[in-house]
Amino acid sequence: MSETNGNSKSKLHGLWALTNRELKKWYKAPVIFFLTILQPVIWMGLLGKAMNIGAIFSASSIQLPTLNPPLNPQQLQQLGTFFSGLQSNIMQGAFNTTDYFSFMAVGMIAFTAIFTTMFSGMSVVWDRRLGFLNKALSTPVSRAVIIFSKVLSATLRSLFQAGIIIIVAIAFGLKFGANFTPLNILGVFAIMFLICVGLSSLFIAITIRSTRMETPMAVMNLINLPLMFASNAFFPTNFMPDWLQTIAKFNPLTYTTDAVRQLLIFNTDYTQLALDFTYVGIFAVTVATIGIVLSWRYLSR
Amino acid sequence: MSDEIIKAEGLTKIFNKSLVAVDHVNFCVKNGEIFGFLGPNGAGKTTTINMLITVLKPTEGKASVLGFDIAKQDYNVRNVIGVVPQEYTADEDLTGMENVLLCADLYGIPRDVAKERAMDLLKLVELTDFKDKKVQTYSGGMRRRLELACGLINRPKVLFLDEPTLGLDVQTRAASWDYIRKLKKEYGMTLFMTTHYLEEADALCDRVAIIDHGKIVVVGTPEELKHSLGGDIVTISIKEDADVSELIRTVEHVKDVKNEDGSYRIKAEYGEVTAPFIIEALRRKGYTVTKLSLTEPTLNEVYLEYTGKSMRDTEESREAFATQRMAMRRARQ
Repeated sequence: MSETNGNSKSKLHGLWALTNRELKKWYKAPVIFFLTILQPVIWMGLLGKAMNIGAIFSASSIQLPTLNPPLNPQQLQQLGTFFSGLQSNIMQGAFNTTDYFSFMAVGMIAFTAIFTTMFSGMSVVWDRRLGFLNKALSTPVSRAVIIFSKVLSATLRSLFQAGIIIIVAIAFGLKFGANFTPLNILGVFAIMFLICVGLSSLFIAITIRSTRMETPMAVMNLINLPLMFASNAFFPTNFMPDWLQTIAKFNPLTYTTDAVRQLLIFNTDYTQLALDFTYVGIFAVTVATIGIVLSWRYLSR
Repeated sequence: MSDEIIKAEGLTKIFNKSLVAVDHVNFCVKNGEIFGFLGPNGAGKTTTINMLITVLKPTEGKASVLGFDIAKQDYNVRNVIGVVPQEYTADEDLTGMENVLLCADLYGIPRDVAKERAMDLLKLVELTDFKDKKVQTYSGGMRRRLELACGLINRPKVLFLDEPTLGLDVQTRAASWDYIRKLKKEYGMTLFMTTHYLEEADALCDRVAIIDHGKIVVVGTPEELKHSLGGDIVTISIKEDADVSELIRTVEHVKDVKNEDGSYRIKAEYGEVTAPFIIEALRRKGYTVTKLSLTEPTLNEVYLEYTGKSMRDTEESREAFATQRMAMRRARQ
C-alpha cells in the first residue's frame, strides 16, 4: 500500500493545497474580501487627498502682508504665477514629481505589503494553537513547504491589493512618469513579490516559536510603524535627520518604494532601479532562507 | 516486518531543560492491536504521541514505528502513519469533502485516487450526506468522524488517536468506539491511542499502559490489570446458620473469604466463573444460597491502586479545556 503514496511525490507537494487553504479563508468570505479592497481606497483617500502637501506652497495658502501702496491686479497676477512656479519647483525638487498624491499612492503599495504580510506570522500561531500545525507536521509535507505556503498566501494577497491600489490610484488621478509603459506594472508586481516574500518570512521568523498571540502582536506593532516611517514611503528621505536617513538607507521598504516610483511616476533611472531590485532581492532571499532554516529547527520543538 | 509495530526504549522528553514530560518509557505495540495510553491530564500522553508522530523530537532514548527510527527516518514514519489529533483541525469554512481532500494533498495522493478514497471513507464514517456541507454546521461527533476519515486517507498501517472522544457526550462516544472498531476491522491497522476515559480504555483497547507523571506504571490487558488487583468480590448469603468459610476456601480461584455476620465476602479471580462453582460446592453439602452479588473491579480501581489517586478528579478540568478549544476555534471566524 505504501508504494501508492510513497516516492512519486515531489519535494513541493502540498504547497498549493496549503496556500489555497489560507487564500480560501479570504476569498471565500465576501465581507473580508470586500474589506481588503476597501481598505486601500480609504487609506488613499485619507492620506493622499487629506495631506495635500502641494497646496501648502500655493499662493492661496499664504496670507500676504498688506502692502502700502496695495499691489495692482497685474502685480498680483505676477505674484500668483511666481508662487505656482515655486510650488511645482519645490514639489519637483523634494518629491521628484509635482503631484504629492502620486508620490503617496505609491508609498501606499509598500504600506499594504507590511500590513498584509504581518498576518502571515499570526496565522502560524493560530495553526499551532488549533492543532492544525501538528497535524500538518505529522504528514509527509516538508517543513519548508508549511512555512512557504504562509509566505506565498500573504504574498498573493499583497499582490492583489497592490493591483487594486494601482487601479484606484489611476481613478483618483495618478500621474504616470514620462516613459511609463503598461509593461512597468509587471515590474511593480515583481518587486512587490520580492518584498512580500522577505517581509512575511521575517514576520514568521519572529512568531515561529510562539504559542500565544500577545508577544508577536507586540513585536509587530513595535516594528511595523518605524519600518514604515523610516522609509521614503510618505516623505523623501533627504529631508530626514542623518540618523533617520541611515536607518532608511538600510530599510528594504525604501528600495521597494523607490523601485515602484521609478516604474510608475518618475522618469525611470535604470541604474537606480537595478540597485533597488538587487537590494530587495538579496533581502528576500536572505530572510526567506533564515525562515526556512528556522522552520527546520523550531517548527517541531 | 517483525511483530512489533511500535517500539520505544527509554523515550524521554524534557521541555525547557527542566520539565520532564515523558520519563524513560519503554513499551512495544504489537501488530494489529489497539494499544492505549491511559492517564490524567499532564501525564505525558500527548507528548508521547507527538514524539511517535515525529512532531516532537525526543530528548533522550529512541523509538521506531514499523522499523523506522522516529528521529532519523522521520520522513518514512510520516508516510506510513495516520494521525487523528485531539483538536478539531478540520477547517470550518471548508466542506467535509474539501477537508478530506486537503489531507490527501498533504500526503501527495493524486486527485483521482484521493476522490475515490475520500468517498469510501466518508461513507464508512457515515458522512456521505453531509460531505458538501461546511464543517461549521457539523456536530461534535460528526467532526470527530471527519477527523477519523482525514487520518485514514493515506491508508496508514498505524493510526494514532489522541483522545478520540474528548468532549463528546456518552452516546456519541459509544458510537465513535463503534466507528473505530469498524475502521480497524476494515483496514487491519494497528492503533495507538491515548485516553483519560477509563470506560474507553476498557471498551476499546487490547492492551493498556497506565501513565502518570511521565512514567508508565503498569502495562497489560484491561482484564489482566483488573485481575492484578486480586480479583472480583463475590458476596454470598446462605439460609443455614453455619460457618462455611473453610468450605468456600476449597473452591478453585478463591483467594480470601471473610464472614461478615452470615454474609460471606469472597475475593476470587474470574468471579463470574468462580461464583457458580461456589454455589455448586455449597449445594452439594446441603446449604441453600439465598443471595449472591458479584462486583468486578473497574479500571478506575486499577488506576487508583497504581497511581494513588482517582481518575475522576481530573476529568472536569479536561472537559472545560475542550470547551475552551472549541470556543477559540469559533473565535477565529
